[in-house]
Amino acid sequence: MRKIYILLAVITLASINVKAQEDLLDILNSEQTEEVNTTLAIFKGARLISGHTIVTRKTGELEFVISHRFGRINSGIDEFFGLDGANVRFSFEYGITDNLTAGIGRNSFEKVYDGFLKYSLLKQSTGKKNMPVSLTAFSSMAIRTLKDPDFIEDDFNSKVSYTHQVLIARKFNDKFSFQLAPTYVHRNKVLENQENDIIALGIGGRMKLNTRVSLNAEYYYRLTEELDASYKDSLGVGVEIETGGHVFHLNFTNSRSMVERGFITETDGNFFKGDIHFGFNISRVF
Amino acid sequence: MKTLKLTLTLALLLSAVALQAQDRYLTRTGHIKFFSAAPLEDIEANNNKVLSIVDLSKGQVAVDLLIKAFEFEKKLMQEHFNENYLESDKYPKSTFKGTFSVPEGLKSMTDGVYELDVKGQLNIHGVTKDIETKSSLTVKGGKLSGELKFFVAVKDYKIKIPNVVVKNIAEQVEVTANFEYEPYK
Repeated sequence: MRKIYILLAVITLASINVKAQEDLLDILNSEQTEEVNTTLAIFKGARLISGHTIVTRKTGELEFVISHRFGRINSGIDEFFGLDGANVRFSFEYGITDNLTAGIGRNSFEKVYDGFLKYSLLKQSTGKKNMPVSLTAFSSMAIRTLKDPDFIEDDFNSKVSYTHQVLIARKFNDKFSFQLAPTYVHRNKVLENQENDIIALGIGGRMKLNTRVSLNAEYYYRLTEELDASYKDSLGVGVEIETGGHVFHLNFTNSRSMVERGFITETDGNFFKGDIHFGFNISRVF
Repeated sequence: MKTLKLTLTLALLLSAVALQAQDRYLTRTGHIKFFSAAPLEDIEANNNKVLSIVDLSKGQVAVDLLIKAFEFEKKLMQEHFNENYLESDKYPKSTFKGTFSVPEGLKSMTDGVYELDVKGQLNIHGVTKDIETKSSLTVKGGKLSGELKFFVAVKDYKIKIPNVVVKNIAEQVEVTANFEYEPYK
């Protein structure tokens, strides 16, 4: 019987001793409750190359974006490798809430006005809430104001097109993020050998080279076949440089247009034959 | 007889634990603010989920916080702070562990303000440095609270500030901490 009490006493003393030696930081560590750890900076900018990323602006933030696409690099010295001619798009993009962003833009190419809404539905996170991907829904409407000489009758309706996308992205590690973009484009009026509705799958990624510079790439694969074979899939690669509040892109793409309808369904350059447009995006958040 | 011995042992055990509990005070909702005053802008961030514990019998204090819990007025700044400067995915926490000599009044929890010299190790961004700072612990009506203020030199902790924003971020960042402790069981 006595042995049991001695044992009990030893255990008691030992447990007190353990408690006394316990490091205060270890106590705090065990007191730390698990938090939702939202993955940061899956992408830095709201654009990858020409297309949108899952990024939305935070409440009250206003982003001003100026994008340029010059002419084709293979146009030679006469056109100064494309730099003589430039298309410009500028837009204002505003965070109504942390999840909802609205934007309006104007493109010099085909004189297109566009407006979009973007809503962040899921955010990649670990910890208390484990979410493998971020998901943002995107819808835009574009109105061409330049008269299309291919159409005999070119009323307002025929100038309108719509794009809907589900943007799904995941940051795999601190260097690499990947995005899938199932896309549906509806063009109100097209030529006979074209389709009104085009389904495409966008894939793209961002590879960080250091804390401020990354390599971006984007490809839109059109799943809808058209009789008109003059259009190509949009392909772009670029370098992204980020300095507190500014995101700067240097892009090389076979697409001339910077509106979804334009670059997803009406890209006419062949990237591998040198029909490459140099361009840049400059973004400033206020 | 058997039950008496057992009760006695248990009572002894419980009292030992209880005695220990009175020396330790903890908070889960401590507040730490940092303030950077630079020529181009002042930046402030607040963290209201700071954990801290003091042991009045041994004169020890510890602080543990999550970098991501710092809130900035501008969310973009918060993202930059986490991603580019503090690299919070790699170094999610900042900790402090220090010692001080305990004044008699503080040991017995007598009302009053106790100025202390705290020496310890501060860990930020994976770098541990020895620091010394003045702080105060206040006892009022059996409640213990603490205040702490010190400066952190950004480059001591290998936090790189690029030249473009050198005028936006102070070299010395002021850190203020406020803790309202509760007895720790």
